[in-house]
Amino acid sequence: MPNPEKKEKKFEPKIVAFFCNWCTYTAADLAGVSRLKYAPNVRVIRIMCSGRVDPQFILQAFASGADGVLIGGCHPGDCHYSEGNYKMLRRFRLLQRVLKVLGIAEERCRLEWISASEGDKVKTVINDMVEKVRNLGPLSIPAKMSDIDEEIKELEKEINREEVPQHA
Amino acid sequence: MRYLYYPGCSLKSTGKSYEESLLAVFKALKMDVVEINDWNCCGATAYMAVDETKAFAIAARNLALAEEQFNKEEEIHVIAPCSACYMVLLKTKMFLEQNLAEKGRIKNALKESGLNYEGKVKIRHPLDVLVNDIGVKEIAKAVTHPLKGVKVASYYGCQTVRPYSTFDDQREPHTMDDITAAIGAESVDWPLKTRCCGASLTGTIDRVGLPLSFMILKEASKRRADVVSTSCPLCQFNLECYQDNMNKQFRNDIHIGVVYFSQLMGLALGIDPKTLGMNRLFVPPENVYKIMKGGEKVYV
Amino acid sequence: MSNTNGNGTIKGITPRIGFYICHCGHNIAAMVDVEKVQKFVASLPGVVVSRDYKYMCSDPGQELVQKDIKELKLNRIVVASCSPLLHEHTFRRAVEKAGLNPFFFHMVNIRENVSWVTDNREQATAKANALARAAIQRVFFHKSLETKKVPINPDVLIVGGGIAGIHAALTIANAGKHVYLVEREPTIGGHMAMFDKTFPTLDCAACILTPKMSSVKNHPNITLWTYSEVEKVEGFVGNYKVNIKRKPRYVIEELCVGCMDCIDACIYKEAKYPDEFNQGLSKRKPIYIPFPQATPQVVLFDPETCIDFKSHRCKKTCIEACDRKAIDLKQVPEYKEINVGTVILATGFKTYDAEKSPQYGYKKFPNVFTSLEIERIVNASGPTNGEVLTKEGNIPKSVGIIHCVGSRDEKAHKWCSRVCCMYSLKLAHLIKEHTGAEVYNFYIDMRTPGKGYEEFYDKLMNEGVHFVRGRVAEVTDWALIPEEEHKLTIRVEDTLIGVVRRIPVDMVVLAVGMEPREDAQDIRRMFNISCSTEGFFLERHPKLAPVSTFTDGIFIAGGCQGPRDIPDSVAQAGAAAAEALSLISAGSIELEPNTASIIESFCSGCKSCIPLCPYSAISFNEGTKKAVINEALCKGCGTCVAACPSGSIIQNLFEDEQIFSEIDGLLKFAGIELEEMEVVNA
Repeated sequence: MPNPEKKEKKFEPKIVAFFCNWCTYTAADLAGVSRLKYAPNVRVIRIMCSGRVDPQFILQAFASGADGVLIGGCHPGDCHYSEGNYKMLRRFRLLQRVLKVLGIAEERCRLEWISASEGDKVKTVINDMVEKVRNLGPLSIPAKMSDIDEEIKELEKEINREEVPQHA
Repeated sequence: MRYLYYPGCSLKSTGKSYEESLLAVFKALKMDVVEINDWNCCGATAYMAVDETKAFAIAARNLALAEEQFNKEEEIHVIAPCSACYMVLLKTKMFLEQNLAEKGRIKNALKESGLNYEGKVKIRHPLDVLVNDIGVKEIAKAVTHPLKGVKVASYYGCQTVRPYSTFDDQREPHTMDDITAAIGAESVDWPLKTRCCGASLTGTIDRVGLPLSFMILKEASKRRADVVSTSCPLCQFNLECYQDNMNKQFRNDIHIGVVYFSQLMGLALGIDPKTLGMNRLFVPPENVYKIMKGGEKVYV
Repeated sequence: MSNTNGNGTIKGITPRIGFYICHCGHNIAAMVDVEKVQKFVASLPGVVVSRDYKYMCSDPGQELVQKDIKELKLNRIVVASCSPLLHEHTFRRAVEKAGLNPFFFHMVNIRENVSWVTDNREQATAKANALARAAIQRVFFHKSLETKKVPINPDVLIVGGGIAGIHAALTIANAGKHVYLVEREPTIGGHMAMFDKTFPTLDCAACILTPKMSSVKNHPNITLWTYSEVEKVEGFVGNYKVNIKRKPRYVIEELCVGCMDCIDACIYKEAKYPDEFNQGLSKRKPIYIPFPQATPQVVLFDPETCIDFKSHRCKKTCIEACDRKAIDLKQVPEYKEINVGTVILATGFKTYDAEKSPQYGYKKFPNVFTSLEIERIVNASGPTNGEVLTKEGNIPKSVGIIHCVGSRDEKAHKWCSRVCCMYSLKLAHLIKEHTGAEVYNFYIDMRTPGKGYEEFYDKLMNEGVHFVRGRVAEVTDWALIPEEEHKLTIRVEDTLIGVVRRIPVDMVVLAVGMEPREDAQDIRRMFNISCSTEGFFLERHPKLAPVSTFTDGIFIAGGCQGPRDIPDSVAQAGAAAAEALSLISAGSIELEPNTASIIESFCSGCKSCIPLCPYSAISFNEGTKKAVINEALCKGCGTCVAACPSGSIIQNLFEDEQIFSEIDGLLKFAGIELEEMEVVNA
């Protein structure tokens, strides 16, 4: 169905993913070997364990312009390092509260358990997340940050102007 | 939980006693069941073959009406007792879930009549609701006149458990047998539970349809069933109303009651036979009545 | 945040990066515009050389990198090709050979993560650009690292005493290394011991298996623990600590000689309990030996059925009968702790439960048997001494063998069990030989790939066995015509002639498929390996590392990895043994240097990291009031690094700065937004 309104360039979300080496990264490899096609918006960083994901990584990704962050770890009980995934889960729950306060929608940060055999799940999770984040629209924190920087500069100027007489 | 009830055309005509008995049983089990307002024909199987999109639109109207009527519920459970209606509505729901382009087209069509369909509806067969929601334990508790000694051949037909339904085993269904056990009767173990009854061919091309119905009844009699229990208006009609024709054509003497499972349930729950529409039967299940009165069974 | 200044110098280090993108034939080049990526990366700060090449992993590809390292004085290498799980080691070795520390190398996965999963060339190229940029930015922060070597304990644990476990044990023991063979059942032999003949040679299974079983028992290098189970596994490659429970047989293994006088003396004169080894088709006593050639030749008690265990009021005639005083009814489980360097899992499979396919009437009709039951029935030492009889005791005139029960079935298992066609042919031959019955094989497709297998099929066709192509719809006792009365009728669509047939038979054999054992998931967790979707143990690589797992030092062989026949299980067991032996003879293994360490000056001594470590590698130094990581115990998960509030823990290869720069590189580069970069390079 041709739709003339949809001519403009569609928003393509940028999603940073942290996949653990043993389960989810292997599953992503399996998705590749099985030639499953999924949305190209997710870029993967390999880490040894989801327990290595520092909340700062997630915040940094948003600050650098990511529209979403996906973390993939082993299923509960299956962690290669016993319980790194539980540690991540705990941190993730806390971080969700922080993100809520910052006004970052819940769907933008997602934690999924994907085992080494679940190539399919890599595909469905990525497609689903890309679709949800696409519907939310761009987050564009860097742009917002530069707006805020501008505002702060203006404010500083004003403050300086007011302060001048006192020093004189 | 509240349920919506989609009768479809059969339960208002040839299958009137199915509706009567089912609603009476629901009432006895204190279920909250309301009929869908202004429902229309499900399109049956014939319309699907003529124009699929229109057939889906017709069926989807009923789903949209259900959503409108129960707009406050998270999930809307629609009970469709007729096998054909159940299958068509289930197929429509699944097709719209999988085929987004078609869903858009049908949503547009519904919009024309001021309706919307979101997909919150769940299509349920009464066997599914009774066994999985109410539970056989609850049913057994409500039984006042257990059908002890009655041998029931549960006949599910083709569309109740196939091809889309998932509430029962498609090869070896058991929900009706579970109910049979709950009301104190005995299930006949037989291999024809889901064999075709001949469907529309029994009435139209009887040389094809009639033998199919006959094989089912013959095997049920051979295995000493007192009554055949059904969950589909067309199966019930084919198996019951053509017994004279079968006997003539196959030089046999079959005479076996074919009732709705809800009628047997109703008897066990102490509901009077007339309320259950048993007076409408062409072949009254004599053996069931006799056993209930404590008499001897007669096998013909 | 930006970690680099625009000209590519950080903290005084000027990286000289070499970037190489692989075409991988068409695998990458067909979907990613490699030339475009190569040119894009060439323009990035710090990059001295950027090249694309057909196959980077080939010798000329590696030599290309080595030559550049020497001539252009490169000190960082990035290769964009397949998954690092496949070739990271290859490239690290190449880099090391050229005199550069291998950890200055980083790999970008643009095959599994990009070209194979994307169907749009433009988007795939953009994604490859971003990933390459992230790696370029990351390697700025790479450091020179030393690998750690751990010694390999030469002892090997083999779990499972079927043909795979037996073969692996003998191979390793013959190489002069010590093996602990742990078997759950009272005897080794596994499924193979139950078979009568083996296809396609029709060798007697017992004749070829039992000599191997007794070699295991008598081998000086094998410690055989039957009726035992692994309870706990700790440690890592080279040094696993394993706890094993030896269940009580109530018979002292060292004293019993297997004379079976006790069995004769049991106060039960008749055997009454279903015999597991004969699939419940015959009976045994509460004191029994699983089968005549059981290894070890030691009887055992079943406390569930022995009167003395139930009521303590037995006359204990068995004890009186034993002149070696081997019976000890007060025996308790024995716990063993062993140290091994490597483990081979050969825990086997389970046959499909035919009751789950009710249309075939197993357990409903007495004359429907599973193939394993028929194996016992045709066996001369089986419940009927080799006579094939119906439950009524008659010789069947016709027998139907239904293939693919539980296999190739959306409602059961999707996979082909690989062995059923062949063993069905074997059983057809044996049944025909024993009874002269008409034998029908109902198959979907005949799968006979293997040496001599197709020839065997051909032989069967000439023997007059009938073949009907079609999946059987049902087995029924519903008789339509008088010939079907008192028989089982097999209803099937014969797809070669296009009609539905009803074939009445006296006996039905269900060729049940192979599935994972019920506790495969528990075993997998215990040994820290993965299972595939079907539940079989997952190999490290389906083609190139078929007996390795993702956990170093743990190997898999036989039916636990997937359905396979005896020759394949034996081949796999040999391969697993060779893998274990190669680790043992190397004497040590190099570990990834991804351990964590503490920067003492930053540590505030808050102790948050200590309880997080699953290996207790972190302790607290009361003198300095700082945390200390024992690198020998650290496995490199990085959980403590992420949790340290003062940022005083660093993980080699996954340092904060490396990951931050990778994140930045994915989204923007050196402070420049991604879109701008793309415009610049357009």
